[in-house]
Parts: sequence; C-alpha cells; structure tokens
Amino acid sequence: MRRKEGADAVRLMMLFAVFVIASALGYRVIRQVPPLLHTPLMSGMNAISGVTVLGALTATAAALATGNRLLGALAIVLAMVNVAGGFVVTDRILKKFRAKR
Amino acid sequence: MFIWVEIVLAAAILAGIRLMSTPETAVQGNRLTALSLLTAIVLVLWRNNILPQPIIVVSLAAGAVLGLVLALRVTMLQMPQMVALLNGLGGAASMFTAIVALGDRSDAAAFADQVTGGLAVAVGGVTLSGSLVAAGKLHRILSQQPVRIRLAYRLVVAGFLALLFLAPLMRSQASGVELTAWMPALGACALMAGVVLALPVGGADMPITISLLNSLSGIAASICGFVVDNAFLVAAGAIVGASGFILTRIMCGAMNRSLAQVLTGATAAGTVPDAAYAGQKPVETETATSPAPPGPESVAGKEAADRAPFDPVEALIEAKSVVIIPGYGMALGEAEGQVRDIYELLESRGADVKFAIHPVAGRMPGHMTVLLADVDIPYDKMVQIEHINPEFPRTDVAIIVGACDVVNPAANTAVGTPIYGMPILRAHEARRIIICNADTRPGYSGIENPLYNQDNVVLLLGNASSTLEQLFKDLSARASEKTGNG
Repeated sequence: MRRKEGADAVRLMMLFAVFVIASALGYRVIRQVPPLLHTPLMSGMNAISGVTVLGALTATAAALATGNRLLGALAIVLAMVNVAGGFVVTDRILKKFRAKR
Repeated sequence: MFIWVEIVLAAAILAGIRLMSTPETAVQGNRLTALSLLTAIVLVLWRNNILPQPIIVVSLAAGAVLGLVLALRVTMLQMPQMVALLNGLGGAASMFTAIVALGDRSDAAAFADQVTGGLAVAVGGVTLSGSLVAAGKLHRILSQQPVRIRLAYRLVVAGFLALLFLAPLMRSQASGVELTAWMPALGACALMAGVVLALPVGGADMPITISLLNSLSGIAASICGFVVDNAFLVAAGAIVGASGFILTRIMCGAMNRSLAQVLTGATAAGTVPDAAYAGQKPVETETATSPAPPGPESVAGKEAADRAPFDPVEALIEAKSVVIIPGYGMALGEAEGQVRDIYELLESRGADVKFAIHPVAGRMPGHMTVLLADVDIPYDKMVQIEHINPEFPRTDVAIIVGACDVVNPAANTAVGTPIYGMPILRAHEARRIIICNADTRPGYSGIENPLYNQDNVVLLLGNASSTLEQLFKDLSARASEKTGNG
C-alpha cells in the first residue's frame, strides 16, 4: 500500500506538471483571440471541455457494477452531446463572420 | 509511445486556438481542434479495447447524434443559453465519471484518487447546476433579477466544511460504505453550491458568470484526467480552464467589478438606496433594455417631438459618419434585421457606418458581434470600445439600440455607484444622438442615465424593431425624394 502511494505521488506530480504547462500555453495562445471572436472562442472551448468523454469511456469500460455502467453510459452521452454540439455550433457561428466584400 | 501522440494532439488543440485569433482562419482552427478531439476518442476506444462493448458504443453514437441535432436547430438568438446548457452537460459528465471511476475501486481507493475524485465531483457538480440555472435565466424560465440568498450561502459553506471534517474519518475506516455515502453527499452539496453561485447573478452580469462556468467545466474535466490517469484529458481541460479564466477577467474589467461582487449579487438591487425606487411599482432591473409592450405609435412620436431639437431622418440623411451602438435591447426586440436595413441604406448613400461593441453588451462575451454577423454585417465594421471611443467627437449621429449602462456617462462621475469607473462607449460626445430604447428607466445598474436629458438627443421609445422599422421607412422615403429632386 505504501509503495503504491509513492508511485501515485510521482504520477500525480507528472499530471500536475502537464496541468501547469497546458494552462500556461493555453493562456498565451488564448489571449491573442480578439473580442470579436469571444463567443465562438467560448463555445469552442466549451466543446473541448467535453473531452471528459475520454475519462467517461475508460471508467465505464472498467466498471463492473451495473449501476456504475449505466451512470458511465449517461456520462458518455452527456459529454458527447457537449463535444458534437459544441463544435458544430462553433462552426455555424464562425461561418457567419464575413469581411466587407 | 502514447504520451507522444497525446502531446501532438494537445499541440493540435493549441494550434487550432491560434487559428481562431483571426476570423479568416477561425473555421479551420475550430475544425482542427475537433479533429484532435475525435482522434483522441478513437485512440482511447482502441487502446482500451472498448469497441466490443455495445452499451458504450451506443451511448457514444447517441450523444453525438443528439448534440448534432441540438446544434443544427438552435438559432443565433438562443446561443447564450445553448452555450450554458452544453457547459452544464460537460460538468455533469465529469461529475458522473469521477463517481464511476471511484465507485469501482472504492474498496482500495488510494488517498490521491479519493482527493481528485472528490474534487472532480465537487467542481463538476457546481458546473452542472450553475450552468443549468444560468441557462434557465437566459431562456427566461427563471427570473433574471439578482436574488440574494444569504442563508443558502451559509448552508452550503457549512455543508462543505462538515464534509471536509468527515473526510479523514471516512479514510481511516477505509471501507467502501462510508465512501459511497460521502460522495453523494458531496455531490449534493456541490449541486447546491452551483445554484447558490448562479442564482444571485442578474442579467447584465451574465457574461461574467458564463465565462466562469466555462472555466469550471474545463477544470472539472482536467481533474477527471487525474482520476483516470489520462494526460491529454488533463491538458485539454486545463486549456479550457485558462480560456474561461481570461474571459472572466476581461468581462470583470469591462464592468469594473470584482468577481466576488458579481457572485454575491452585490449589484444594483443591493447597493442602490431603496428610495430611488420609492413611489414606483416594483422595478424590473431589465426594464431599460427590455421591449415595452408596443404602445400606440403616437406616444412614441409625441415623446420624440417634445424633446426633439433635430429631425432624426434629416440628420441621418445628411450624416457623413454614423456609429450604431447595439445593446441587449436589440437582441430582446429582435431588431438586428432593421439595424441592418438602416446600415445598408446609409452606406449606400455614402455615409461611413460603424458598430461600437462594448465587451459586456448582451449576455455573453461577444454576444453583439454574433447577432450582427448573423444579419450579414461585415466584421470589419464592428469596432471595439478602445478604437471607437476616439471617433465619437467626429461622429455626426450615434444611434443607440437597446443599450443603457454601457453608454451611461454617469459611469465617469457618479462616485459610489455600481457603474462608477466602468469603461463606457462615449456616445454622448457625438454631434447628435438617436436613442431607440424601450423606455428611459435606468439600466441594470439602476443608475439614471443623464444622456436622456442631453439637448442633442432624440428618443424613439418603444420596441426597437418597430421604432427602427418606422425610422427605416421614413429614411427610404426621404432618400428617394432627394434623389428624385436632384
């Protein structure tokens, strides 16, 4: 048990490093997006937050109890609505932005 | 080996966002991000050998179809509540995922898993209920007025503290029973916290709340990445968190308010002395921007005539430079089409017409630009506050369509009011001003707008779409008359 928690600590540290680096890089890139595109930026980011579907997939695949599998399936449906809906809505908004001909 | 694929996919997301910083490349950027996410999903399906599990594949397909249908049916007007709703679904998915992931190893769950799992449930729950309340307010199912709920606030804080206190007990006994009771309690507490977070927020503060919830949905996903040990999930969630954080800060700055003020509902309703409302029937905070019931045409006409130092039609026909300032009232009155008609008429007569965009006009970041783009207004005609403000002294006519607080000059002078110090569009510096608002009552801030009493102002009160329709008719009649004569 002790050993496992040691390995866990290393794993957590690495994931935390990923979190910090991604936040910093994301911050730099996103700051460049002009206010004109803030709505599509937000709905696009919204779609990305559906990335939690990856977690839902692995957790549900590993789950054994029926209740957990059903809850997992619900999580997959919701996350996928978020992903598909978010990206398509963003695409629709962005296509509306046209320059003066 | 997989770590490299994950890094490439995360880099692709960043590249996609980079492309989203200009309107020309933004569509490709969004598609690149979508492709990256799709690849990640396929990768996970393949790596964990999930394909033979029908329930999972069916759920995946069902979600995708549902999302697609929803996205194709929603109108641009419904976009704020759509974004809020999708946000909530993401939060729900993160919450459920953490419960499933922990529930399955509850007997031997490591301490770290319990902590990250608990966090994911908490943040996901807040995102879920907060977003649903926000969507309800935006869809006008719930009242848009700020509500103050001190008691609920304290209850939620007490609940979290109690759970935190109980956490070590649960751990020391290390049996699944306590965990299965503790987690749902935490989830319930988080859901209540979301309601308490979103309910006090009034209409005009919505852009801030939406941005914050956007950030939270990313953080919830990122924490889920810790729970299921997926680095890509951690990275993608963190990027969303950063994006929401930036938007939240920009929105707060544009209102000169702190996040704490917004979340506690310390706004107009709270800080303006009740005397300001004395003798009036209960004032709906939205009134200044909401369309009044279409009254008899003559009333609006008389109101305009009483105060009119100039003829709006003549002024617009002669104007060389015009700035149109849209606010939430344009969205409510669905007056974008009429605004476009007037814009095209004036442009065809050789006038220079621009749109002044305030960052918090409307109910979400960038709300006005989406509505204008929807009626084919070119984006290079939409000018942000810092670039348009120096132009107002050179502007012949400024047309305000359903905006109040964002053009209220009192923001510069009224010390101690909620809008003091808020950056405004300096429409009052234009030579002539036409205001197409529902009425002259104060906006969301509750602060009287001195602009209404300025001499060079014409008020066209009523629903923006009907007043603008009339203005457009008069304009085209006058324009053809002119061309007929000359």
